[in-house]
This record gives sequence, C-alpha cells and structure tokens, in this order.
Amino acid sequence: MSTIRVRKMSGSTEEVQAVSCSIKPPVYLQIGDTRTDAAHSGICVVDVSLPFGKPVSIEEISFKNYYTASVSVRLLRRGPGQEAPAKWCTALRDLSLMNNPHTEGGSQDFYSIHRTQMMEEPDHVVSVRLILRQPSSAWLTFSLEDIKIFPHTEPDPEKEVSDWLSDLTLGDQHPDLEGLPDPQTVSSSIQQMWALTEVMQTNQTTACIGRFDVDGCYDINLLSLT
Amino acid sequence: MPSRYPRSSAHDHRYHELHNQAEEELARTLMYSELHALPPSHPAAPPEHLKEPLAYMRKAQAGWEKRVLKSLNSMSTELGVPLARMRPAVEQKELMNKWNEMGTDEPDLSRFRPVYAPKDFLEVLISLRNPNHDSSEDVSARSHWGLIQVPLNVRDIPQLRRAYSELNLATGQLGIDDHAHVPPDLFENDYVQIGKKVVLDQDSAAAQQYSRQGCPTGLRADLWALILNSTNQPPDVMHYEQLKAGVIQHDLLVDNLIYKDVKLTASNDDYYFVFEDFLYQVLLCFSRDTAVLEHFKYNSATPPKSYIQGKVGDEECAVVYPPNGVIPFHGFSMYVAPLCFLYNEPSKLYSVFREMYTRFFFRLHSISSCPSGIVSLCLQFERLLQTHLPQLFYHLRQIGAQPLRIAFKWMVRAFSGYLSTDQLLLLWDRILGYDSLEVVAVLAAAVFAFRAENLMEVTSLASAEAVLADLSTLKVMPLIQISLFASAI
Repeated sequence: MSTIRVRKMSGSTEEVQAVSCSIKPPVYLQIGDTRTDAAHSGICVVDVSLPFGKPVSIEEISFKNYYTASVSVRLLRRGPGQEAPAKWCTALRDLSLMNNPHTEGGSQDFYSIHRTQMMEEPDHVVSVRLILRQPSSAWLTFSLEDIKIFPHTEPDPEKEVSDWLSDLTLGDQHPDLEGLPDPQTVSSSIQQMWALTEVMQTNQTTACIGRFDVDGCYDINLLSLT
Repeated sequence: MPSRYPRSSAHDHRYHELHNQAEEELARTLMYSELHALPPSHPAAPPEHLKEPLAYMRKAQAGWEKRVLKSLNSMSTELGVPLARMRPAVEQKELMNKWNEMGTDEPDLSRFRPVYAPKDFLEVLISLRNPNHDSSEDVSARSHWGLIQVPLNVRDIPQLRRAYSELNLATGQLGIDDHAHVPPDLFENDYVQIGKKVVLDQDSAAAQQYSRQGCPTGLRADLWALILNSTNQPPDVMHYEQLKAGVIQHDLLVDNLIYKDVKLTASNDDYYFVFEDFLYQVLLCFSRDTAVLEHFKYNSATPPKSYIQGKVGDEECAVVYPPNGVIPFHGFSMYVAPLCFLYNEPSKLYSVFREMYTRFFFRLHSISSCPSGIVSLCLQFERLLQTHLPQLFYHLRQIGAQPLRIAFKWMVRAFSGYLSTDQLLLLWDRILGYDSLEVVAVLAAAVFAFRAENLMEVTSLASAEAVLADLSTLKVMPLIQISLFASAI
C-alpha cells in the first residue's frame, strides 16, 4: 500500500502518499576478508535517501519483513539553516521483529514505525539508515522489503476559524505517550475491532441469505484448478 | 468487590475468583468468539497474509489443494457422477421421508474412494521446506531427528507449565480427582456446584476458564455451548431447516464421500455406530452451509470454485463447491461423532459442531504456521519427544519407525476414535478451555512416554504400531499432568 490514512487534528482523515526515495542496495557487514569468509553476515545496513534538497518530516516508516530479527533506525537530519551540518542520530534501537530469531514468528510480517515511537524528532530528515540484525545462523538471508516513508503533514487550520484558535489547535504536536499504550498496539486493536464488526455484520446477512445456487441452478462444471 | 459475590461461601469465592481470572484473560487477549481467530493485522497486509503470513506455506497449501481438486474432478469424470445434481421430485420426497434413518440405506459406495487420507497429507507436511532456511548438515546444534523440517516456534516444557498452570499437580482436575477412590467432598462436589453457577449465569468467559479443569458430565453440553457461543434459538433452527432443504434439493458428489466415510469409520466404532443417522444429518447439512465460508478469512485454505455449466468465466455464475468450501477426507466424520454424546437435537448438535470446526478442527487439515495448526502440533510432538525421551526417539528412528508416522493419525482427529469417549471429552474440555489444540501434541508425546518401555523392545515399525494400536484404556489427564509437571527438566 503506498498510502496511509492519517487522522488530522480537525478529526477528518487524509490519505498521505509515500515519499519517493531511493533505497540503496543492502550492505551486509562482514568481519575479516569478505571474499574468503564463508559465514553469513548477521548485520546489514540499508540506506534510504530522501529527495535531494527536500528534507522530510517523517510520519511513519513501513516495510515488510523478510527474516530480519531486529531493526535500528538512524536519521541524518539537517537543521533548518542551509549552512547547518547534517547530523546522524539514533531514532530507534533494536526494535524486535521476530520474537525468536531462530523461528518463523514475525519473519514475513508487515510493520510500521511511527514518529511517536522514535527517540528523536524525525524532522528535516535527509537520509534514513536502517540497521538490520539477524543473529541466527538458521537463515540464508535477511532483509526488509517494500520500505516506504510517509511524510508528516501539518494539520491545515480550518479556514473559518480565527488565527488565535488555530494556534491553540496546532499547539501540542508531540503528545507525551509515556504510560499510554503503544500506538501500533492500539491501531492493531482497532483493526481487530473493526474486523470483528465486519465479521459479525456479514454473519448476520449470510445466515439469512445463504443460497449456494445461482437462480436455483447448481449444475456445475468441473472444479477450477487456477 | 461486586455485591453479588458474598464472601461467606467458599463456592462463591472460588466462582468469583474464576470470574475475575476469566475477565483478566479476556481483557488481556481481546478474546471474543470471532475475534480470537483473527490475528492482529497491519493495514498494508493483503487478505492472503491474514490467512497465512508465510509465503512458502501458502504455496504449499495451494499445491495440496490443487491435488485434491484434481482428484475430485477425476472421480467425477471416471465414475460419470456429476459434482452436483438436482434431485427429481420423487427422489426428494423419498429422502424427506427417510431423513431420520438414512443409515438404513445401503447405497453402492464401492466405486467411491476417499479423496485423501491423513497419511497423504502427512507426506505433504514432511516435504514442507522454507527456501530461506539453512539446512546444511554443519549446523549440528539444531539437529532435528523428526520429519517436520520447518522452524516454527513451539513451546517447551517450562513454557507449557506456565501456559497450562491449571493442570498442575496441586489443582483439582476432572479426570483425576473425580476418580471413584477419591472422596467427592475433597474436590468434585464443590467443583460441580461452581459449574452449575457458571451455567446459570450464562457466563461464557467463566465457562472457558472453568473448562480448563474439566467439565462435569451433566454440565458439559451447556458449558461447551456457552464457550462456543452456540445458540439454538428459532433463527438457528430455521437455518438448519434451510440447510436440510438444500440437502433434499440437490445431490452432491461429496455426499457419497460423507456416506462412505461414516460407513468406514463411525459405523465401525463400538462407541459411535449408534449415532450413524445423526452423522448424516449433520455432515450433509454442513456441506450446504455457506455461513462456513466466513472462516476462510483466517484459514490458509481456499474454497474450491466452479461455474454453472456453460458459463465458465462468467463471474456472475461462479459458485463454491461444495457450498461450504470444505471437502471431507477419510475420518472427517470423527470430528462430529463425540459430540453426539452431548447433544441429541440435530440443530443443536449441528450448531456446536460448526463452531468446533470453524474454531479448531479446520487447523488440523490445512497447512499453516499457526501455533494450533497441524504443522506446529507435529513439530511440537517431535520436539517434546526428542528433548525428553531422546533414547526412545533415536531407537524408533533406527528401526524405521519415525514416531510422527504413528502419532499423526491421532492428532489429525484430535484423538477422536482412539481414546474412550469419556477420556476424549476430558481432552476436548481442555482444547476449549485453553482455546488451543496444543494439548493434543502434549498428549501424543505423553502416550509415547507411557509406553516407552515396550517401545524400546520393538524392532520394526509394525511392532511399534502394535504397541500403540489400542489407546482405549488410557487416562488422558494423568498422562498430560505427568508429562508437563512431573517429568525431570
């Protein structure tokens, strides 16, 4: 999915497109002579460059896992002034993607890292560095797929609201989430609740309808193999 | 503290405890009847990911399904029997009259063979490989002696002890502490009183928690119905009648497979042959129930598709076959048979069976990475055996008697037809109580442990099979309890 739905301060939602970025080929780190060392690498670096000259404030980074056990996120941020040197910082350290690196759990799952999960504000980001770790020798390779970066959108002030009121609503952009549940868990729970209501609604209707034939006819061909 | 649980009575205190435990559990795991089957999903995840997250397992399941469909198509062509046929009016009337005694019919089923047997499915599971798994021989620390070669996460004994803490040696169990030699006032009487209260209060969550220590015979039917949220209200009865009408109207090829299966398995079983008619009434209706299609959202399997004759490719004329999307295999009727001891009204029996199937049994014959799925159960069985009885496992391997080849048929049927019915129902109490089929794998390993001495003496697969042929005298709860809580770690 190359868009996400973001709820704005006003309560409405908006579809946000992923930023077009260039994802460099993953670099697997080795100790010693890379040509003769036959051991699989356990650590990999993926650099994602955002469009040159257009630093991004990140809302969310999403990807599909492929046997990576944990991921760290580092951000290269350039301050607002053009002369300010860009500096690297660690936004997330060792987010576990597989609860057991030797077994399948989480190995091919979809993940999102939201800006609220990051230790540093992901604003004015020029480049993102994903550090992938897979300590288990069980796997031939590991990586992340479909890496997408979604930009943070500033909420639009309502046109009919006066300036001082819009200042208030734009105030606290980064609520303190300490002690509150992780947004990812909350959004999965909401997904589950939604799915439950969907299933319950469909259950009600299929119980009443439930016809398996087409206009009384069920003379069918052989089963489709595709 | 809610006032309806006064502290004065020990029953009420225990009941209140039970209720609280259940609520905590509920809050922790968001366990609603439909919800529990849906894993947390990411908005970017496609529907197929919800059915099964691992691509290679989806592929294997699709390949297996294709084989089954080809087999069914061949059967239809070779025997000249259409997949579906509208019954002429005379035949419809006849069937309606004979509805309660379909077992007396002796149709010629010799031409029909089951589409597949559990051992065919086992071969597919054995051949499952993760293309990204490094299975080079150098990695000896992870050597696995068993047949399942996919690295799924299965729980070990310490983890199982935590998860199944209600089965520990200090907690009363039905199946152990209701034994004739144990005075009933030590555990059984109080426990039954609590059960009565759970049923009276129609408390589904408490019923599930309660079931972990077993259900009293007199309360089991109500407790299971509560846990499964299975009702027998007028809409349910009407739904069942509608399905029955579907059976009367159309004759399906799979009906013959059902007849054959019942005749070959349940009818030959000392415990279940009396229920033959019920089995037809449930299974034939089950095949017509499109409401079952809902469960394919979280089942790695996909319902077979076809088109009305002459309209191939026209999506308006696309249908599912059979209507419920489930092709029965050899032994399928054994999922229903034990329930006949609990429910004697067909629509009620049907409702409970359908819930049991769409919550548990479908996982026993589809390829998935789910912890309750058959692949995980097989791996767990092998791991438990290799970890705790390595000498036995090694010996059996050496004589060409891989343990899974013997245990697989038990697990695929959740032991139905292998244990005596009272023991089977005690096992299924725990499946419902823990909302997981894991106990099936634990029991399978426990059975091998129990007969380990005899098995060490055998020198062939056939003799190993013979040692494990008759499980009808086994008592499941002591075996599970010893296996989990009294084995040396």
